[in-house]
Amino acid sequence: MPKDSGIGASSKRREDVRFLTGAGNYTDDINIHGQAYVHFLRSDVAHGRIVSIDTAAASAMPGVVRIFTGADFEGVGGLPCGWQVTDRHGQPMAEPGHPVLAQGKVRHVGDPIAAVVADTAEQARDAAEAIGVEIEELPAVVDMKAALAGDAARVHDDLPSNLCYDWGFVEENKAAVDAAFDTAAHVTTLELVNNRLVANPMEPRVAIGDYARATGESTLYTTSQNPHVIRLLMGAFVLGIPEHKLRVVAPDVGGGFGSKIFHYAEEAFCTFAAKAINRPVKWTSSRSEAFMSDAHGRDHVTRIELALDADNNFTAIRTETLANMGAYLSTFAPSVPTWLHGTLMAGNYKTPLIYVNVKAVFTNTVPVDAYRGAGRPEATFQLERVIDKAARELGVDPIALRRQNFVTEFPYQTPVAVVYDTGDYNATMDKLEEIADIAGFAARRAASEAKGKLRGLGVNCYIEACGIAPSNLVGQLGARAGLYDAATVRVNATGSISVMVGAHSHGQGHETAFPQVVAEMLGIDESMIEIVHGDSSKIPFGMGTYGSRSLAVCGSAMVRATEKIINKAKKIAAHLMEASEADIELKGGQFTVAGTDKSVAWGDVTLAAYVPHNYPLEDIEPGLEETAFYDPSNFTYPAGAYACEVEVDPETGKVTVERFSAADDFGNIVNPMIVSGQVHGGLGQGIGQALLENCAYDPETGQLLSASYMDYAMPRADDVPFYAVDHSCATPCTHNPLGVKGCGEAGAIGSPPAVVNAVIDALQSGGKTVAHIDMPVSPSRVWAAMNG
Amino acid sequence: MPQISMTVNGRAVSGEVEGRTLLSTFLRDHLSLTGTHVGCDTGQCGACVVHVDGVAVKSCNMLAAEASGSSVGTIEGQAAADGTLNALQQAFQDHHGLQCGFCTPGMVMSAAALLKDNPRPSEAEVRAHLEGNLCRCTGYHNIVKAVLAASGQDVSGIAAE
Repeated sequence: MPKDSGIGASSKRREDVRFLTGAGNYTDDINIHGQAYVHFLRSDVAHGRIVSIDTAAASAMPGVVRIFTGADFEGVGGLPCGWQVTDRHGQPMAEPGHPVLAQGKVRHVGDPIAAVVADTAEQARDAAEAIGVEIEELPAVVDMKAALAGDAARVHDDLPSNLCYDWGFVEENKAAVDAAFDTAAHVTTLELVNNRLVANPMEPRVAIGDYARATGESTLYTTSQNPHVIRLLMGAFVLGIPEHKLRVVAPDVGGGFGSKIFHYAEEAFCTFAAKAINRPVKWTSSRSEAFMSDAHGRDHVTRIELALDADNNFTAIRTETLANMGAYLSTFAPSVPTWLHGTLMAGNYKTPLIYVNVKAVFTNTVPVDAYRGAGRPEATFQLERVIDKAARELGVDPIALRRQNFVTEFPYQTPVAVVYDTGDYNATMDKLEEIADIAGFAARRAASEAKGKLRGLGVNCYIEACGIAPSNLVGQLGARAGLYDAATVRVNATGSISVMVGAHSHGQGHETAFPQVVAEMLGIDESMIEIVHGDSSKIPFGMGTYGSRSLAVCGSAMVRATEKIINKAKKIAAHLMEASEADIELKGGQFTVAGTDKSVAWGDVTLAAYVPHNYPLEDIEPGLEETAFYDPSNFTYPAGAYACEVEVDPETGKVTVERFSAADDFGNIVNPMIVSGQVHGGLGQGIGQALLENCAYDPETGQLLSASYMDYAMPRADDVPFYAVDHSCATPCTHNPLGVKGCGEAGAIGSPPAVVNAVIDALQSGGKTVAHIDMPVSPSRVWAAMNG
Repeated sequence: MPQISMTVNGRAVSGEVEGRTLLSTFLRDHLSLTGTHVGCDTGQCGACVVHVDGVAVKSCNMLAAEASGSSVGTIEGQAAADGTLNALQQAFQDHHGLQCGFCTPGMVMSAAALLKDNPRPSEAEVRAHLEGNLCRCTGYHNIVKAVLAASGQDVSGIAAE
């Protein structure tokens, strides 16, 4: 029987009630008395020198309070980058400045040039149109290969080229990898594009700056996944505001998917301007602004080679990747194609030798940073596509080829630094074969063919490194931050509990799932526990939510803090029952003395802690509140196997996803309903990447061609099927107290190769010798491949 | 500036707006009914769907002045006065049909319009009807399931967890 509360129960989400009744409190729902509104005048050219900005006419327009330009920010720091990558030669990456408002040059369409603050949003927008900007247009650098040519225009004049870094991993293995290729029985090579995407949370970004003259405190309300990270970056590096004078609030946030991790110029602007004009300043992004100012994702061009011996064992992998950074380094951009990508190139397989080369490139495009999966989808896609191609070339079953090469013994030291603590890849593949009814595929293919359609089956595996991240390790790899998290458990006098957490929920259901853990530990009702998140003035210093880390890292901190609570509560209970602390047991919310019928209730102990009339004050402090910080000792390694079945219409090239099945190993599960929902959402985004989505730039002018939902194809309800998901194959994480691995990104990481493998399978079944089609696998690309 | 008046969730309201003021802006900024969300500027995302005289309308695609004299229903008017969720809202909670909640008001209002006209829609009809409502969190699985469940159909055969 499924549990009805605590760990393992599909508790209904308590946050749903406010969202379903229109009572959510998103940042744009906040209005502060006296607030002014800002509209950003953004560059409409990809690359140019600012000759002049004439704000005279605009300044005289109705309602205009003040117009800011780059000159107003000369004394202010630029937006910082939080990760320094060291290149193959031991040199630090190129790290250009990133001003809040453009200074001297504009470097991508959407680069902010000026900011108009006015009494109303309409007045600010109207006045922005009256600003006269003269820009000397420069050649735009768009294509990454062209950007690295010697005669390419330079995005940053103060850098010697458009190369950010040339990274080799593991550099010491390069010669051995090359030698393995020289002696391989078979080599499969694939060149592919991992298409540029836009995260597109449905809530556009919003920022409200507020300044209190009385106290000298600044407050920023913002759509962020990590308010403390924003406070640290903006306060310490951009505006010079000490933490105790800066509060960052991220209330209900309407999705993030990575794009709301980063510190953005608009946040710094609103905070700065609110103090400058002594009025709250609000900015609400339009969707088209979001397309040209939210950090984009993916955008890799890769050549991967897989070497096999005569028995089809993988012997080596070698990759060369160009990774687009865009015009500036977004907060965590350099880490994505390197430490979140190269370290996953072993996949689920015991390939002994791996070498990964990544050249990160500046172009006149929007900055690129982490998007759901971040580096791991890029690794998974190329690996699982090249394995599929190898199986086809060798004439072997793609599932059997994978199984033959699975890692089966744990812990497993990969040749790319990370150590997988646990897993069972055959178990998830067995489960996949069951839930996807792979045995029944032939009959379904025959049925499709009978109606003139081609049917394909694509299978792949994935592994990810989640629970980000051990601070000592990432520090050595260039992270400029620790990646622990924190929780404070505040037990109130009457026994209710507030848990203040560093993680931020923007759809993940922490407000429901986190109390399930505490309730299980204490044996009290979930409804007595409330999660507080998203306000730096209320929560301990935690690093927020991304990288499928919330439960594995912040949840572990919460467990540790709750353990401290239990230890102290047992001391109090022992005193109340005049027993030895060692004999106290806590079960079902009751403290008992082992071997006796003595007991006191949870509420008796909590009341005693706050009304310490009969209390050992000489031994124990009053109160019942504990904080714990948790820094993981390793990443977690969720893994699984996915299968996609598509139908292809040979007349039009249209691909329809008929079935999608996902067998995941997330370790232990706290709320199965929420976990399934996370997988569903990831699958929707992965299918979107594979079939629909593409952020396109004009290769000559650098104009953003997909800047609205008219041009950027988001997956819709009728683009996807019902999914079959399963997470019963659980090998609990060995190094965190809950044994959890994280589930937020798996669907987006694991699904694109399954879709493309399925399309190729369908075309091959129709007699077409198509080896690869780049994503998105649109009808026109499929039709062109078929009619070549 | 035009003077407008309408009924919103059964309450008579009026206001003075610029001619260009959208119905979504009027609801959010003038009436503080912030449950209606704006997620795009091209009429694609559907987060702003409300009912105008019983018809589902994208309120960012309608001028406030156009709605003058109409009866408007928003997400804030869907639950009972005591806060009890209606059947469709309850189905969204029961089947985890929402995550971040931003698209949810539009989804509920759009789905409610479907069920009014088509009380027992097929899966394909639900998906086709919701084509104008984008959700980035759920992959649509549990939204479609919730709408089917709200129509009284048995959804136990649809992969649950």
